Amino acid sequence: MAEEATFRVKTGLAEMLKGGVIMDVVNADEAKIAEDSGACAVMALERVPSDIRRDGGVARMSSPRMIKEIQASVSIPVMAKVRIGHFAEAQVLESLNIDFIDESEVLTPADESNHIDKFEFKAPFVCGATNLGEALRRLGEGAAMIRSKGEAGTGNIVEAVRHMREITKGIRHLGTLSSTELPTAAKELGAPLELVRDVATRGWLPVPLFCAGGIATPADAALMMQLGAEGNFVGSGIFKSDDPARRAKAIVEATTHFNDPERIAAASEDLGEAMPGIEMSTLGEESRLAGRGW
Amino acid sequence: MGSAAVRPKIGVLAVQGGFATHLAHLNSAGAAAVEVRTPDDLVGLDGLILPGGESTTITMGIEAAGLEEGIREHHREGKPVLGTCAGMIVADRDHLGLIDITTRRNAFGRQLASFEDEVEVEGIDGGPVHGVFIRAPWVETVGPGVEVLAELRGHPVAARQGPVTVVSFHPELTADDRIHRWFAGSASAAAGNRRAGEGEEPGEQAERRQQD
Repeated sequence: MAEEATFRVKTGLAEMLKGGVIMDVVNADEAKIAEDSGACAVMALERVPSDIRRDGGVARMSSPRMIKEIQASVSIPVMAKVRIGHFAEAQVLESLNIDFIDESEVLTPADESNHIDKFEFKAPFVCGATNLGEALRRLGEGAAMIRSKGEAGTGNIVEAVRHMREITKGIRHLGTLSSTELPTAAKELGAPLELVRDVATRGWLPVPLFCAGGIATPADAALMMQLGAEGNFVGSGIFKSDDPARRAKAIVEATTHFNDPERIAAASEDLGEAMPGIEMSTLGEESRLAGRGW
Repeated sequence: MGSAAVRPKIGVLAVQGGFATHLAHLNSAGAAAVEVRTPDDLVGLDGLILPGGESTTITMGIEAAGLEEGIREHHREGKPVLGTCAGMIVADRDHLGLIDITTRRNAFGRQLASFEDEVEVEGIDGGPVHGVFIRAPWVETVGPGVEVLAELRGHPVAARQGPVTVVSFHPELTADDRIHRWFAGSASAAAGNRRAGEGEEPGEQAERRQQD
């Protein structure tokens, strides 16, 4: 008897995205450019994070029409974002036959206390995390993939590096603990004990871990893969640069051949200007997206 | 594999997709598994797996890395190839042309229609295989000389032509490693035959390889 929407089917798609680049797109033309440049999936949204940052106001789920147009224009998986805790937006996306839902801090949170109960949905979810405890809380709610939060829309990789190191350091630390010490670790992480035990045994998360938030260059993509990311999300970094198609191809190349500096150097030639970046110290606490969610 | 068998060296195309789990399954099935990212990685392989992932991404990655000719050469030498999900598409008549089939992408639907089900696969003993189908393709048309090994919902989901086998599901996503054991066994047998044909005992070859 066939079974749909099992956890294995949900994480199965995340497994198939590994080693690839998921690109933010705001219309069908950009989606086509992303697919033709080797993206393994696209993230459909109204405005890329750097524009959300600039425009301010409330950022919400994309319009269903735009999502349908993007679905019709490409054959790769189409993802879309919902506000943290906004399960009705997630219901709408699921009704549109979306392939993956990102419960994202890039949009304005709808619930300051609770994330979505992701087990309630057939669609798989990806969620952002800044450290291992946060990653495990999202898994406890049913996420099928974890990504670093980074600091979206800044073109600055420093926060993604911090988050990826925090998560992998947390995983390594659990591996050094005895079974007696794991319940205390779970308490300190604020994470379900069962997941803490699972991660300690595997030496890795039970789902794929990707990087997001700040990738602007091929070398950024390679850096994150070498730090343990199993794939990359690139938001503003591609379509806010001078030559999106070439930069997209180069970031795909760097994500595959992340251990081959000569290839990355060759891919990085003649790309034109990267997106303008933002230094963290110029970004006030209220403008930081990574603090959204818990 | 018996003790006298050659331990096969099997490459897994590591351009994009679910290659890491294939490597783990191959190692537990007794093969020496390696990642394939460059043409050099294809040298000396006894078998090659084309994994799941996004077929458009993988096809472009093969071209960008200049792997196409090396994979065709591997196939011309009669060495075994296993394509899973996107790997089945990459191997078909419209892509690398390793097997005379055409495929339909995302044939069962988008992710919400992805599923797990039992599949009887000809040549795999011990009961049905638990198939995980993720935005899976099916085989649309088969040429002469292609043997359909499994069907589901009225469509072929596994096929073989000579040393090339394709399945539209993901044997690497379950703990059942029968398909990997079968593939490692056929890569080992083909390597043994090749080496015997070269007038060399498999043991000598293996020994020489260790010294390389």
